Amino acid sequence: MTSLPAREPGAKKLGLVIDLDTCVGCHACAVSCKQWNDGGHSAPLPDYDPYGARPDGVWFNRIHTYETSGGAAGDGAAGRTVHFPRSCLHCDEPACVTVCPTGASYKRAEDGIVLVNADLCIGCKLCSWACPYGAREFDEDERVMKKCTLCIDRIYNETIPESERVPACVATCPAHARHFGDLGDPTSAVSKLVQSRGGFDLMPEMGYRPVNKYLPPRRNACTAAPLAERPALPGSVAERLLSWLDRALSL
Amino acid sequence: MPSETIALSSPIGDTVKTTTCYMCACRCGIRVHLKEGRLRYIEGNPDHPINRGVLCGKGSAGIMQHYSPARLRAPLLRVGERGAGEFKEIGWDEALALAGGWLGEIRRTDPRKLAFFTGRDQSQALTGLWAKEFGTPNFAAHGGFCSVNMAAAGLYSVGGSFWEFGEPDWEHTKLFLLFGVAEDHDSNPIKIGLSKLKERGVRIISINPVRTGYSAIADEWIGLRPGTDGLFILSLIHLLLAAEVADLAFLARYTNAGWLVLRDPAGPSDGLFARDEAGQPLVWDHRTDAPLAASHPEAAPRLAGEVRLADGSRAVPAFQLLAERCLDPAYTPEAVAERCGVAPERIRRLAAEIAAAAAEPVLLAEPWTDTTGRRHATMPGRPVAMHAMRGISAHSNGFHTCRALHILQMLLGAIDTPGSWRYKAPYPRPTPPHAPPGGKDARPGHALAAMPLGTPAGPADLMVDESGTPLRIDHAFSWEAPLALHGMLHTVIANAVAADPYPIDTLFLYMANMAWNSSPEPAETSRLLTEKNPATGEYRIPHLIYVDAFFSETVAYADLVLPDTTYLERFDCISLLDRPIGSADGPADAIRQPVLAPDRDVRPFQDVLIDLGARLGLPAFTRDDGSPAFTGYADYIVHHQRKPGIGPLAGWRGDGTDCGRGAPNPHQLERYIENGCFWHHELPPAARYFKYANRDYLEAATALGLLDRPDPITLQLYAEPLQRFRLAGLGHGTVLPPPALRERVVRFHDPLPFWHPPLEQEVAGAEEFPLSAITQRPMPMYHSWGSQNAWLRQILADNYLYMARETAASLGLADGDWVNVISRSGRVSGRLRIMEGVNPKTVWTWNAIGKRAGAWMLAPDAPESRQGFLLNHVIATFLPENQSRRLPSSDPVTGQAAWFDVVVRIEKAAAAMRESEPRAAPLRPPPGLSIPARRLGA
Amino acid sequence: MTPALSVIFFTTASGAGYGLLILAGLLAPFGLTPANRWFGLAAVLLALFLASAGLVASTLHLGHPERAWRAVSQWRSSWLSREGLAALLTYPPAFGFLAAWFLARGPSAPMAACGVLAAALAAVTVFCTAMIYASLRPVRQWRHVLVAPNFFLLAGFSGALWLAFLSRTFHAASVLPSALALFFGLSALAVKLAYWRAIDRSKGESTIETATGLGRLGRVRSLETPHTEENYLLREMGFRIARKHANRLRFLAVLVGFALPIVLTAAGLACSPAPALIIALVAAMLALIGIFIERWLFFAEATHTVVLYYGRPA
Repeated sequence: MTSLPAREPGAKKLGLVIDLDTCVGCHACAVSCKQWNDGGHSAPLPDYDPYGARPDGVWFNRIHTYETSGGAAGDGAAGRTVHFPRSCLHCDEPACVTVCPTGASYKRAEDGIVLVNADLCIGCKLCSWACPYGAREFDEDERVMKKCTLCIDRIYNETIPESERVPACVATCPAHARHFGDLGDPTSAVSKLVQSRGGFDLMPEMGYRPVNKYLPPRRNACTAAPLAERPALPGSVAERLLSWLDRALSL
Repeated sequence: MPSETIALSSPIGDTVKTTTCYMCACRCGIRVHLKEGRLRYIEGNPDHPINRGVLCGKGSAGIMQHYSPARLRAPLLRVGERGAGEFKEIGWDEALALAGGWLGEIRRTDPRKLAFFTGRDQSQALTGLWAKEFGTPNFAAHGGFCSVNMAAAGLYSVGGSFWEFGEPDWEHTKLFLLFGVAEDHDSNPIKIGLSKLKERGVRIISINPVRTGYSAIADEWIGLRPGTDGLFILSLIHLLLAAEVADLAFLARYTNAGWLVLRDPAGPSDGLFARDEAGQPLVWDHRTDAPLAASHPEAAPRLAGEVRLADGSRAVPAFQLLAERCLDPAYTPEAVAERCGVAPERIRRLAAEIAAAAAEPVLLAEPWTDTTGRRHATMPGRPVAMHAMRGISAHSNGFHTCRALHILQMLLGAIDTPGSWRYKAPYPRPTPPHAPPGGKDARPGHALAAMPLGTPAGPADLMVDESGTPLRIDHAFSWEAPLALHGMLHTVIANAVAADPYPIDTLFLYMANMAWNSSPEPAETSRLLTEKNPATGEYRIPHLIYVDAFFSETVAYADLVLPDTTYLERFDCISLLDRPIGSADGPADAIRQPVLAPDRDVRPFQDVLIDLGARLGLPAFTRDDGSPAFTGYADYIVHHQRKPGIGPLAGWRGDGTDCGRGAPNPHQLERYIENGCFWHHELPPAARYFKYANRDYLEAATALGLLDRPDPITLQLYAEPLQRFRLAGLGHGTVLPPPALRERVVRFHDPLPFWHPPLEQEVAGAEEFPLSAITQRPMPMYHSWGSQNAWLRQILADNYLYMARETAASLGLADGDWVNVISRSGRVSGRLRIMEGVNPKTVWTWNAIGKRAGAWMLAPDAPESRQGFLLNHVIATFLPENQSRRLPSSDPVTGQAAWFDVVVRIEKAAAAMRESEPRAAPLRPPPGLSIPARRLGA
Repeated sequence: MTPALSVIFFTTASGAGYGLLILAGLLAPFGLTPANRWFGLAAVLLALFLASAGLVASTLHLGHPERAWRAVSQWRSSWLSREGLAALLTYPPAFGFLAAWFLARGPSAPMAACGVLAAALAAVTVFCTAMIYASLRPVRQWRHVLVAPNFFLLAGFSGALWLAFLSRTFHAASVLPSALALFFGLSALAVKLAYWRAIDRSKGESTIETATGLGRLGRVRSLETPHTEENYLLREMGFRIARKHANRLRFLAVLVGFALPIVLTAAGLACSPAPALIIALVAAMLALIGIFIERWLFFAEATHTVVLYYGRPA
């Protein structure tokens, strides 16, 4: 059913919080995602021309790198380099779901995860047009649309230890820049993180109301007072040192 | 519409095994899930001390490495000309008989004619032992072209080093300084650590020409010019000393800052420590105003002021010499700013910030006892932590740069204290180290008395003959590079071809891609491998045995290729005797176990080496009756003893309850496997800091076999071994450098750190070659030979040359332009990409993306060879010849290949350029290998 | 957006077909077309042929055409589903209309009922087609108020041209269909020119700064894309057309799709029947070709917000 499920305020909204202040751009999440899903619910994630001239394939998570300029162009030092993982945001208003003519795309009522039922997908690609974020990936072998499942076959998987029931990208992130939880619950750890760190939506103007949030890069400023340099006293370095050491010893 | 049925609880696979990752040098613990006999999923092992459950992109791509079509299938024998890539598959019996024949003949006649060099080998304890037993001094791994500056400077200064040998105190530091490019070694622990700093809001400052990777998340980025880190650090020291910021108590207690240095201008003892009759260095005790052995428990050394000793000689504390060096006006911020590309105010501000952080000590309420027996109620620490990566090391001034950084740490009292940089077990080691390299005794049919690699303490330990001529094929431990602790892999092929100092018969390479990205000037290196002696028609290097798991560029140049397994098909050990995985809280080691059986006719290299050792009758690999001592590497791991009770693995020795020292335990590997393939020993809290002077630690480390004796370790602010070499350069002593090298030895063997311009820049000239050119390892690929990996190469299949916007504007270059990168020794062409976060006098690219067409089973038109390029083509192996003497373009102290010294100019390429240059003829795949046409996917 | 030829053909052909059906359904019951039963057969069958050919072609765009039947299920939320449903629902009244016309040999109440119903459903179909595009927020050139009128007017224009041609074929005067064609054509041209002017002048409200949320740090530039080679997203949504090339095609679309058919139609009114017949056929064919170009541009000039992540304008 591509009509969105009726969801009460406070209903469970599983999603990710991605900390752009901590992400070092190592692609660990992207490759782990590829690996998990290549054998998971949406298997396979094909690779086209894997050893040839145009290596390409289906990835549910892609890592961009941006440079921001602190002001004028060329202002290298004032700017920042930001690594930016991009994947499905499991929006509250996912037009990718509502445009689907067959009901293949759907948003789960119980946790808000947006999924594709590949058996119903006719491969019209309209959902990928409807997603502003580029979260939909077409499998050109099976000719159906695929996407991030939030590792639905991990997070509820009773055959793996409970502490590891998080999406593969979260489990593997070496910099702990990815957090998973219920963003519908204002008391959850992820909601608090969003609250305290000023988590934001991507393209809020689109009105899709993404569930996933991004935490902005921070920059701690130097607060140290200038170093009190001793005036260059007359005399040799040895004399200066002796004077310093005498004072130090007399303390 | 019925909603979808999702199998929420499908088991990941049917079998899960633990082992250790080998997609880079990080050595993370992994769990490998198998499904119907195939790899299904690799994840971090949550219990493992290195990675605690996380895994990087390379580790997750291990599946694609394992199933790479570039895996070699069987031993290969060359049937055409070298380099033509014509091989036939042979059986192992034939291959081993052939290798055994060549090697046996060498051992019977002149073992030095075997040059055995390994690349990113993690079994150097075995390979080094094998070389020693064979009797050749010509052994080393890839450290000489990678990181030996960092290692040597560390070992001769603090008895430890950065990289995976130490770690910041992530829990307590308040300021973190990260030096150098390349997101390399210890990658997951650093990422985990950085996230801890971020959680606590600790300021991270990156001093790095390029703002990518870890630098991207730094609170402040200082984009200095490559090769000027030493200058920058010395300027920081200058400012701190000028402001009288130094932990004098720390310096007096734990370093040799108070040791008296003889002043004997032009005399044979000038610059050496004053010593008592027992040979103990002396300090001037300020309470008694008299000399006292530095080791005296009550010694309170004066740190300045010249003194006159009983024998009339004059001496000054080392600290004063350091202060005189660093307070020199050459190191004021104003004097260094232009060269470094950093404004004086920024250097001042950083010095102030360091001083401020150091001024607020961290106090752990943890009582401990020092080596004098003094009890301390708390552990006070200077919360300034540092970490350095390859960037500061890969220069001809890298040794002194790394030394300068350790001295900055010493001045702050920020070594192995709460909040500072900490040693990982088994470090610290006694410093300065002293284990003369073995090999002077090389003779037919005999093992060497000592391991080929060592740590010289002075001229007498060098591998040179009476005339000062090198005794090793790579010239390591010669006057060209006295502290070449890791050998000099980058000079081996050129020296062997030039018979300098003598010709060799067989070059035996393991995992070292010398025909491509592991060599400067790969085209020239490849040519040398095919060079023949016109008189005999024989190759200059008559035999080349190459061991690799994959079809790398070097395969084409081998006479005999011995195919290795992948890391998931063999036993391995990550040993405390080699490159350990311990943490600051205790030692650890690990194993790999085979999770899959090879489906090809391949064997683990270590098994092959042990087999060859037995065939050749090498003592350590043969029983008294001549039979093989070990059935294979797994057997060796368990039963080999380096010293009585000490073997490759420290865990579960003896009856399974001993650790560190103990008899071999036949069930040791089973215990490791039960424990997730690793062993980790937690030190008691009282033993975790001040390890150089912490009695509990030193005694525990001795009991574990990490140290021979629980003696205190004094940090070496002043490096006396260097002065010994310098004195030889000045003509003192009996082992003297050849006259042509004396000036060089005197200049660079300074017991105190100093900065000199990178040698390449001195010879190339800033006018003609104004830009530094460096490489970085891409985080998702570094050390993982990633171009063959179907997933990783989707991330990076070609590379650009990155340049600062303002520099591009001044050269009239635009994003995407094809450009020529020209150095004094070569040219490479690729595409330009403009960025903001790079030092304006620096260009850089990702390392080793460019591949030779056809290699690694990539299509000949793969982007890696079509557009990708290798910067190595513009990096010279040697400096220009001077007085008909060829010196390596390396650090003159350690021989470290000065990759990042290279300077270039950039020109817009011809408009018609569409492919990168230089281009070599495509390699032909070995028999049996083909590019799979099918799309991958499970 | 990468022009999807099957979809472009579909909207062009079915637009003409539904346009013809709308006009026939509304005019014939009131005697405003030739009453000839064979004329009715030709008009309705041509309309259904064009619409059906378009529908069949559109399934070629699908990964799984054999599952296309599923597409009618989600009419509550999906314009694509509604379009499919409306297209299918159009057939019964269209056939009823045809039967009533053919059998009754002239206007009748059933014919009027079926004709108006078929026309209404055809109009709904055209509207749904337009709304598939006009509802997509990520593509600013599509989510535009002039998209639906454009689809409508072009359906009317091409339908009227075919109606005029058929009228001429049956030796009837074609004043009304020609006048309608002129009206729709000129209106469509005005709307199209206004649309082009609008999309040229407007900028998307989304930028790389809003896409990444990094605008708070200053201007944002893409340094590295996630993968060095093109991927599905860029192949599907990263199509780029040079301004010069686009302008050339706009000129061609205006010339072939609007100017020539309009001039020919006007000229046809003053011609004797024989040349007028040929002129009407040429005008209808040219319009189809021109609208095909116009639809190709409708895709080619549309930009999707996903390319913002790749550092390209959208």
